[in-house]
Amino acid sequence: MIKFEDISITFTAKQNTVRAVSHVSFEVNRGEIFGIVGKSGAGKSTLLRTVNLLEKPCGGKVYVDGVDITTLNKHSVRKLRQKIGMIFQHYNLIHTKTVYENVSFPMKISGKNAHEISKKVPELLGIVGLSDKAQVYPSQLSGGQKQRVGIARALANDSQLLLCDEPTSALDLETTQSILELIRDINKKYGITVLLISHEMDVIKSICGRVAVMSKGAVVELDDVFAIFSKPQHEVTRQLVSHSLNLEIPEGVLQNIKGKLVKVIYSGSSALNPVLANVVRKYPGDINILHGRIDYINNQPIGILLINVNGKNHYVNNIINYLKRTTAAVEVIYG
Amino acid sequence: MVDQLLNLLPDLGKAFFETFQMVGISLSMALLFGVPIALILFITDRGLFWENTGFHTFAGVLVNIIGSIPFVILLVILLPLTQRIVKTTIGPLAASVSLSVAAIVFYARLAEASLREVDKGVIEAATAMGASMPQIITQVLLVEALPGLIRGFTVTAISLIGYSAMAGIVGGGGVGDLAIRYGYYRYQMDVMAVTVTLLIILVQLIQTTGDFTAKKTDKA
Repeated sequence: MIKFEDISITFTAKQNTVRAVSHVSFEVNRGEIFGIVGKSGAGKSTLLRTVNLLEKPCGGKVYVDGVDITTLNKHSVRKLRQKIGMIFQHYNLIHTKTVYENVSFPMKISGKNAHEISKKVPELLGIVGLSDKAQVYPSQLSGGQKQRVGIARALANDSQLLLCDEPTSALDLETTQSILELIRDINKKYGITVLLISHEMDVIKSICGRVAVMSKGAVVELDDVFAIFSKPQHEVTRQLVSHSLNLEIPEGVLQNIKGKLVKVIYSGSSALNPVLANVVRKYPGDINILHGRIDYINNQPIGILLINVNGKNHYVNNIINYLKRTTAAVEVIYG
Repeated sequence: MVDQLLNLLPDLGKAFFETFQMVGISLSMALLFGVPIALILFITDRGLFWENTGFHTFAGVLVNIIGSIPFVILLVILLPLTQRIVKTTIGPLAASVSLSVAAIVFYARLAEASLREVDKGVIEAATAMGASMPQIITQVLLVEALPGLIRGFTVTAISLIGYSAMAGIVGGGGVGDLAIRYGYYRYQMDVMAVTVTLLIILVQLIQTTGDFTAKKTDKA
């Protein structure tokens, strides 16, 4: 559906050249929910904007449906944009238009007649659950409702592709979940491909199938979300993942730890084996569980334990080696 | 006193008519030319659809130059132009020419400021939908800026009433001129008081109507 081929974008501001995106290549498949995650300034938003040419790449090509869009003329670019829905962090609704007028706006732009509009808009408002708000102005809506209007508007021209630019970053936790659910439903029901960017792993975790991790303009890791969580490779990914899993241990506790602090990740089948019980049975040595949780990513369980292994060096090493053999990932993070 | 005021009525009526004529003409011109100039200033600015820094600076400086000339001077400078357009340099119509020029640049700056207030994200959203520039201008930019445009228009109208008092210099007449002639030159304080009161009421009326209309269009 989307193919980035060696995309580079540089900005020049007052003799300062900033490389926002450098040599990014990957593909987004039809019908999937693909996430791009990274800290602010990583270039994810800039990259997303190349898909509807709000940002023109300085180098490389972007293909949408097999068409190289970087060579399109002005008219074709507008036609392309009419077929791509986009939602924004700050919703960007037209304040002086009602919800109904906002949703019908893209249809007007693309030359749909009044009959089509009057048929389609109520249907769209029904999908996003705002049928009763048609004649209301955006200022009278909550953040979540505004984003729902944004989604209805993005779908108005039967888009096959939905670009989401930090769609939930201005929303509270509960509203975030309901908006993400709506996006997931739309993806399932209509087979719309979703390309979503976020700085929060939590958002990626709860909705995306695959994710690209960006740092300093480059994609440093790309995999399905479960793999990213269970075996993060790059330092930035690790930070994002551990932040999302909330596995930080207070400094005071860390200082009092004797022996080694080990992070054990279980996934897939190993999540169900009594690994720790086996360790205790097999090796002399103390094991103390400091922190643990189980998450479900795409319905697959992933368990994370922080354990303190203490005892003679020899045994501690044996225990860690055993854990490495029997679980998805083991990382000594202290000691 | 009452007699005097009754005697004044025809003059007062004429003066009001002249004021409305001058202000009406120049306001229409402000709307007709000020808004397009504001749009040009806005869209040629850095980072917008028609970015053209050279042209933007040129137009901006031109507007500023005209805007900084005291109105009385402008009135005189533009006499040749007035002669060309209305074939005379005397009367309310003649005064309307320089008033219009002043009104256009005055309103252009105010309108530009309200265009700048429009949420850039909304414009970006419209661009992302595939809207053309004319569509964005007419259906997003002007619509979103409307409350500000109305407020600026109110301010322009009120300023023009003040400017029009100076139109007496070219025999433009009007309420302000009446106040100066009777009140200042002839020491008829009561006449001045009446005309000034009427002007205050007029200005207040314009302000209230402007505020009301702006508020009605403002959905933010």
